[in-house]
Amino acid sequence: MDQFMKTLGIIINATLMYTPPLLYAALGSCFSEKSGVVNIGIEGMMTIGAFTGAAIGYFVGNPWLAFLGAGLAGAIFGLLHAFACVTCHSDQTISGTAINFLGSGVAVFVCRMFFEGNTETHPVKQKLPRILNGLFESLAANYPDGIGKLFVKNGFLDNAFNTYASTYIAFLLVLLFWFIFFRTRFGMWLRAVGEHPKAADTLGINVFKVRYICVILSGFLAGLGGASITLATVSAFRPSVVIGQGFIAIAAVIFGKFTPQGAMLGCILFGFCNGLRVILGSSSVIPVNLISMIPYVVTILTLVIFVGKSRVPAANGKPYFKSK
Amino acid sequence: MPKKEQTLKEKITNNALFYTLLSILFGFIVGAIALAVAGYNPFSAYKEMFYRIFGRPNWRSYSFIEYSTPYILTGLSVAFSFKTGVFNIGAEGQFVIGAVAAVLVGIFVPAPAVILIPLCIIAALLAGMAWGAIVGFLKVRFGVNEVLSMIMFNWIAYYFSNFVVNLKSVEVGGGKTWTKLIQDNAKITFGKDFIANLGLSPKAHAGILIAIVAVFVIWYIIDKTTLGFRLKAVGYNRNAAEFAGINANRNIMIALAISGALAALAGAIQVMGVNYKVSQFAGQEGYGFNGITVALIGNTNPFGVLLAGFFFGSLKFAGTRFGPPSEVVDIMMGCITFFIAVSSLLKEIFTSKPKRGAD
Repeated sequence: MDQFMKTLGIIINATLMYTPPLLYAALGSCFSEKSGVVNIGIEGMMTIGAFTGAAIGYFVGNPWLAFLGAGLAGAIFGLLHAFACVTCHSDQTISGTAINFLGSGVAVFVCRMFFEGNTETHPVKQKLPRILNGLFESLAANYPDGIGKLFVKNGFLDNAFNTYASTYIAFLLVLLFWFIFFRTRFGMWLRAVGEHPKAADTLGINVFKVRYICVILSGFLAGLGGASITLATVSAFRPSVVIGQGFIAIAAVIFGKFTPQGAMLGCILFGFCNGLRVILGSSSVIPVNLISMIPYVVTILTLVIFVGKSRVPAANGKPYFKSK
Repeated sequence: MPKKEQTLKEKITNNALFYTLLSILFGFIVGAIALAVAGYNPFSAYKEMFYRIFGRPNWRSYSFIEYSTPYILTGLSVAFSFKTGVFNIGAEGQFVIGAVAAVLVGIFVPAPAVILIPLCIIAALLAGMAWGAIVGFLKVRFGVNEVLSMIMFNWIAYYFSNFVVNLKSVEVGGGKTWTKLIQDNAKITFGKDFIANLGLSPKAHAGILIAIVAVFVIWYIIDKTTLGFRLKAVGYNRNAAEFAGINANRNIMIALAISGALAALAGAIQVMGVNYKVSQFAGQEGYGFNGITVALIGNTNPFGVLLAGFFFGSLKFAGTRFGPPSEVVDIMMGCITFFIAVSSLLKEIFTSKPKRGAD
């Protein structure tokens, strides 16, 4: 039983470790796609965020500042994408592809400039804090016979839930964004803009403004996602830290039918399978590569069996021309 | 009424090539700025870059054969999919599946070259077709979004390849993480005499010829056949096509199968001409994703893709050896693509004239 609880704790912890980067990026993607702008540049935005987070984390030291800086770096690329897609009526796939190239290209290029020609940064001075650490410790110390037992070091709760702040922020954001999407006026605007921009425009909603905000926000969140890798999961940037996760985040959003809560489920599925792979990978008779396929196969099977069609917002991918 | 003669300016501003060339120019300018910021002299760096592409015969063959061939084919794959209204973001996985199919046939099927080489290629084509068609099937039968399933299939292909590479009967042994080499009969590298005459690099291979043939075949299919017409019709307006009696679902599957076959062909050629084996991946290699860029720079036109593939491949090659970080090339490619994207605004400005009242 103890062993079981311990393993369970580790799996939960691994899930909570692997989910947030995807979740931030997926939430960003939700904003962009829901407002009618396809953003396949999430990957590049995550990469620039991952690098910026690591670089500020090393040179300045304050992990929160680094986290924020990473978001802003992502937002700059979001702005580029918004300029192309909204102002220039560009093909959104083309612009997104460009952003992917630019994001990783600029990240590694600048990395070489600041880190003696290396494509890897030095470790950050300080990771994002484990916010529950203090609470757990004080509970364990102050109530050693009562409730504190539950919170002892390497106990189940400590193993499972004593994780980085970025994790909890990500899940809180899901709640916040669910509220914004479905309970606020701005949420209604952005859904309207993604479904029928002309009708929205007629009603006096500024389509350009809403889309700009959403796309820049998607860059900001993707940047945070990248930084949540380099400031929590690992503690330095190298070109391979992000690889593919931006695309997985996009997949999670489609899986979740373009809602924050749905995307969260998708991300948790990937995060969980990733965690499982790490646990099983070391001690298994099944080849690790077959285990690694699980999340992807499961995703497709889930869609085929349970979820069915994910309806893309009607105006997704279509530039909006304001008629004069 | 006779069609009005276009002025030279109109001809230029209506021509996609004009915007592509302008974008390439912008890409080089931004690249120069990046070089200057990093402390390199952009002019001498670019000079060195061109020298590394054209300076020696074997560099030319590295640039235009080894580095360009896979991008031409993955670019063609993506371009074909764009023409037919789907977005093949799965070329990455199809490339891998093609490579695995070719390497297995190349290792295990004992046959003379004239049979084995086509066999490897056919195996790859079929594997790629199947890989593409599954995605199409999931889309038309279960409504699974094709972008999502292709992203999944990229990773499934990736791990499948790593799985195959580590099979006891396939791995080379000795703790090395790659497959046995394919038989000599399966290699498409040019013979030594041929190389000596042309001054090509020792690894120059016939894959480039296959790629060029593929370009013509795809151009023919798109522009000259009813299949191409149907595919384009479905891509342009699915409802209208269906109304006209075209089976959209069937055509989407065909489009994805052909697109998959092209990317798989790239993988097979990379095995048969360059690597002779498949190695365990540490990360996705990017042939498919770079194919997206090549397709876009080539304006999704088969011949445009051919040129864009040469351009992309040669800069990639030169980027690895011209001194400054090779990421400059990525930045340039990103900028070129970005400028191609935003050139739609330029086009609107150039071509929109105050025509109200006239016509």
